[in-house]
Amino acid sequence: MERDDLIVNDSYAINNTHSDEEGKKIRKKLYNVTVLLTVITIIEVFMGVAFKRNGTFAWESIKLGFIILTLVKAAYIVLIFMHLGDEKKSLKYVILLPYALFILYLIFIGLYEGVSVQELNSTWR
Amino acid sequence: MAGHTQNLTKDELWGGNASPFGVSYGKMMMWYFLVSDALTFGGLLTAYGVIRHGSSDPWPVGEQVFEALPALHGSYPLMYVALMTFILIISSVTMVLAVEAGHRRDKAGVIKWLGYTIIGGFFFLGSQAWEWSHFIHGSGGGFQLNKSLTVNGEMENGEKITMTLNAGSWVHMESDFGHAYEHALEGGHDAAPAAEHGHDAHAEHGASHEAEAAHVDAASMHPEALILNKYVLEHKNDKDIRKVKVTGEDCKKLWDAKANETFVFGANMHKNEYAVQQQYANFFFFVTGFHGFHVFSGVVINIIVWLMALGGEFDRRGHYETIEKIGLYWHFVDLVWVFVFTFFYLV
Repeated sequence: MERDDLIVNDSYAINNTHSDEEGKKIRKKLYNVTVLLTVITIIEVFMGVAFKRNGTFAWESIKLGFIILTLVKAAYIVLIFMHLGDEKKSLKYVILLPYALFILYLIFIGLYEGVSVQELNSTWR
Repeated sequence: MAGHTQNLTKDELWGGNASPFGVSYGKMMMWYFLVSDALTFGGLLTAYGVIRHGSSDPWPVGEQVFEALPALHGSYPLMYVALMTFILIISSVTMVLAVEAGHRRDKAGVIKWLGYTIIGGFFFLGSQAWEWSHFIHGSGGGFQLNKSLTVNGEMENGEKITMTLNAGSWVHMESDFGHAYEHALEGGHDAAPAAEHGHDAHAEHGASHEAEAAHVDAASMHPEALILNKYVLEHKNDKDIRKVKVTGEDCKKLWDAKANETFVFGANMHKNEYAVQQQYANFFFFVTGFHGFHVFSGVVINIIVWLMALGGEFDRRGHYETIEKIGLYWHFVDLVWVFVFTFFYLV
């Protein structure tokens, strides 16, 4: 922890104290995000109940909508609640880029495998 | 003493004399840990996707599997998991308020909001325990047919439909009859497990009471209705075929064709009533269990830090960064649930 006194004097550094006004501003932002996350969850549940999972085009688009809404929620949690958005650019990228790279690769390879397993299953069962 | 790195040149900043990321060692390592943990969960969810995509049997529909609420009878699709999600989001908000109070060196605020977070964590764990117990216990159970049959049934909207079933097709029971039958089967050879099986959600229903009291012989029991496609949805000729109720003569035909060794009630590590694929139950147990374990450790860590805050430890240190570190972990737990919610229950 000897290094801590060398940390840049930004808003979330250890030695920085937020004033009451700063706190008020941050809290307002947090309450807005809370409302947003709640509304998105309600929309998701509504969509899940209202549309039938029947493999039609409508359902496939709803599925895509779920994934987009989930990513929006995730972005708000990471950038506002975990305030990664307020950190230095170098930290932001060192967290997000390697993860995005690995997980996109994993999803690609997973879908590829899944498709071929499905083909084998339906051909040879 | 607060930082002067803003005035450092790039060489000095990256030369080992300062923190180029502008965060303390502990916080950076918390972030790295979360990245690795996120890869674990990402791997699990991707594996779930591969298995689900590669499966040639229909996959259970979340809305049809998870539709129960504690102490209420009837169908409330997805309401319970929505409630769990809401509890976790709110506990995430109280945690971020605790972090915010910490930045203002507001000890009372930290203690208050962290306390609420701990309560929210317990609520979530309790909800998950109920959900697991409901999942394991099942809602009626089912069996496979020993021959192929053609029966007439009725869909939820009253429309009549004729279904042709192969040998090995799944047929499900209604929850009252299914539970009574399960008790009768258990009571037949050993009365003790039936008594242990008490579950308040269904105890008020006469059927299971009578079965428990009189130890009805299972062989003499006949269902009034059976359900086809209880947990899966087929899409044929532009029609959604789900929850088809079969009554009367056709119900008797199905019941006579039951393969006795295939009865399954609820879910365990070897079989489950929800799907032909055991991976369905196994992924549910592992992923929600692994997440629940994270919530549990988060609650324990929160309690420890709450006690430290109560004892004034962070005032002595001069900063509340520990709250921020455990806050990162707690938000991560919420983040994972957002994805589990989407991929297990919604999609």
